[in-house]
Amino acid sequence: MADHAATHAVSHAAHDPNIGNTGLDHRKMGMWAFLGSDCMFFGSLIGTYLAYKGKSISGPTPHDVFDIPLTSYSAALLLASSLTMVLALAALRENRVKVATGWLLATAAMGLHFVLNQVYEFWTFVHHHDLTLGTSLFGSTFFVLTGFHGAHVTGGVIWLLLLVSLAWRGQLDRRDYTKVEVAGLYWHFVDIVWIAIFTIVYLIP
Amino acid sequence: MATHAAYMPGAKLSAGSVLWSWITTVDHKRIGQLYGVSAFFFFVVGGIEALIMRLQLAYPDGTLVSAQRFNELFTMHGTTMVFLAIMPMSAAFFNYMIPLMIGARDVAFPRLNALSYWIFLSGGLFLHVSFLAKAVPNGGWFGYANLTSQQFSPGHSIDFWMLGLQILGISSMLAGFNFLVTIINMRAPGMTLMRMPVFIWMSFVTQFLIVLAFPAITVALILLMFDRFFGTLFYSPAAGGDPLLWQHLFWIFGHPEVYILILPAMGIVSEVLPTFARKPLFGAPVVIYSGITIGFFGFGVWSHHMFSVGMGPVADAAFSITTMLIAVPTGVKILNWLCTLWGGSIRFQVPLYFSLGFIAMFTMGGLSGVMHASPPVDLQQTDTYFVVAHFHYVLFGGSIFGLFSGAYYWWPKITGKLLDERLGKVHFWLMMLGFNLTFFPQHYLGLIGMPRRIYTYAGDLGWNFWNLVSTIGAFTIAVSLLFFIYNVIKTTRSGRVASPDPWDGRTLEWSIPSPPPVYNFARVPHVQDRDDLWLQKYGDGHGGAPRPKAAPVTAAEIAAIHMPPSSFWPILLGLAMAMMISGLLISMYQVIVGGLLTLFFMYKFAMEYHRPADGPGH
Repeated sequence: MADHAATHAVSHAAHDPNIGNTGLDHRKMGMWAFLGSDCMFFGSLIGTYLAYKGKSISGPTPHDVFDIPLTSYSAALLLASSLTMVLALAALRENRVKVATGWLLATAAMGLHFVLNQVYEFWTFVHHHDLTLGTSLFGSTFFVLTGFHGAHVTGGVIWLLLLVSLAWRGQLDRRDYTKVEVAGLYWHFVDIVWIAIFTIVYLIP
Repeated sequence: MATHAAYMPGAKLSAGSVLWSWITTVDHKRIGQLYGVSAFFFFVVGGIEALIMRLQLAYPDGTLVSAQRFNELFTMHGTTMVFLAIMPMSAAFFNYMIPLMIGARDVAFPRLNALSYWIFLSGGLFLHVSFLAKAVPNGGWFGYANLTSQQFSPGHSIDFWMLGLQILGISSMLAGFNFLVTIINMRAPGMTLMRMPVFIWMSFVTQFLIVLAFPAITVALILLMFDRFFGTLFYSPAAGGDPLLWQHLFWIFGHPEVYILILPAMGIVSEVLPTFARKPLFGAPVVIYSGITIGFFGFGVWSHHMFSVGMGPVADAAFSITTMLIAVPTGVKILNWLCTLWGGSIRFQVPLYFSLGFIAMFTMGGLSGVMHASPPVDLQQTDTYFVVAHFHYVLFGGSIFGLFSGAYYWWPKITGKLLDERLGKVHFWLMMLGFNLTFFPQHYLGLIGMPRRIYTYAGDLGWNFWNLVSTIGAFTIAVSLLFFIYNVIKTTRSGRVASPDPWDGRTLEWSIPSPPPVYNFARVPHVQDRDDLWLQKYGDGHGGAPRPKAAPVTAAEIAAIHMPPSSFWPILLGLAMAMMISGLLISMYQVIVGGLLTLFFMYKFAMEYHRPADGPGH
């Protein structure tokens, strides 16, 4: 009976409460919705930066302070961490938990390195270039935009480290693939935002 | 299951465990009720603020409140009605009705749903703590920069407003993600997108607007917070900053917000009219497409709130055109609602009264809205009572009438009791009369030059009579609400018990008992049409026979249903977040402690069902 088969399919799907009737995972879809929303968040911040670009009436200009080689290195770190994130997922899919944990750790380490570079960058701006939040429109827009991106990376690092600590306690394996994948979606998004910020803020004169 | 015992009627429970079951609930129906009760409470608070303002303006040279207090009243009235009354009242219906109407047993993320509510409640209470702290927000609900800067608004009043809105925004966005996933992913088998009830469609569009528009005000408020607390210069003209940045960011959020407030009410009306006209919604797909079009255009009209700032002829013309365009899908809907009534066998009951009130009042508000679309006309009307009249016709005449229509319509489903029809009709007619007495004269007052936001006026300007009429109207609305409250109390005590399907309804929520059991549907339905229940009962009207009655549900089937158990992490996480954000006003230590607690509770929240063996995950 067709009806019976359909009921069976539904009750089968009901075994995993995270899978909806479309066959898609709630958590993944929820993350996509969040990322869509976060696009508008960074869009508004970048829009503010662009609206005020070149409008500062005092203080240093962007190209007085930027250390492009250092920031390029940071950008390379973040891009490379997207690769290690993918490798972590690939290993987890095959249930090679130790390898996956290693790649997750590498991803978190590169993210942390990125954040530390940013802390160092902010420190030099404040102490060597007299550029603070209240110096000029450039100071306000630059620190708030890149600072919120840095906060996103920091959140991602904490998330990845929690996954690593779960793995060390033997509580992470291929059954948790979607959980790691959702963290990966977030991580790649934060990378993509950095590509936009790096281009718009640092590279375009 | 032990967790079910708390919901079972007849079980003897102590007051403590009843309270505990409510604060740890993850049941969408209970959360919906919490939203509804809180929203009504804030609606009354905002209404009292309005009454005080109307008393002050009833006569020239009023002395009831000071100018300062008047500023606080209109700021809190606007903020409360938008963020604490209409939005959460819509959220109450999203929570309660979306799972029921799509044939689901709960939302996609039940605990996240509880978290949204607790964050909302914290935000609402936080805003009102400002009364105790004697620092009531006073910059208008739109808080234009740079009036809100430290220089012009020292003290904490703006801080309460900006942090309160930030907390409420988090709540709305979390709920938005939840409902988007719920609607896409949890529809019963057979319910294709075009078979979703129109209320679900309008809710769906609303969630898109919420998750895409709120980030703009989040950023605007973050920039304001940095300006006020950390010395940035975003809204500081002295440093080259442009206060218009605030206006753009605010209205990029603010105009979609207008549709966030009205689309749920449009959805409700689109359910009530077919039920009481006993015929399908006229051109339902077109109503759906119109809703989607409104959602899209809603993002392209924001600068019509800013014609008077002098953006130049090109921007003025462009936003004028988009604003006139957005009236088209709205007009299409009004036509479709009227055509739904045409030729129907109409039953005049209270939900229909309010829906008809909605159509009439909203159309009037729409007409005055189209007038503003023309920049030269807008320049005459901006900042006058004409604008106040206009947006009350769409927000009160539209949203509030629509929401009351939904309240009367779904009351029997939610409570199991029917509201009294006669008292309901008295409520409707008094509210209709009071509403028009209050706001129709304000069109005229605006046209003869009475500005908005003035706390008093001289007696020789010709404004006295219509201001008095307006005040009388406001108190008539208050009296009408007393009839509603009396109706609720009376029928809760001794009202008629509602059958599962008291209105001869068309959609899935009427196929289950009133009030619904905790699991909603003993058997997940298989949907074949937008008006699925109607087809089950009467066939499709083209020769298709009614469906045979299903076999009774067995106890074994019910025992096999797994519902998520309650959880106390949502309320703890909500409180920790509120503690962190409110700490910005009190001390950095509170921010740090609140932040660490937030992280810790997020971790516990995420780990509660880490292993499927521990129970259902989310």
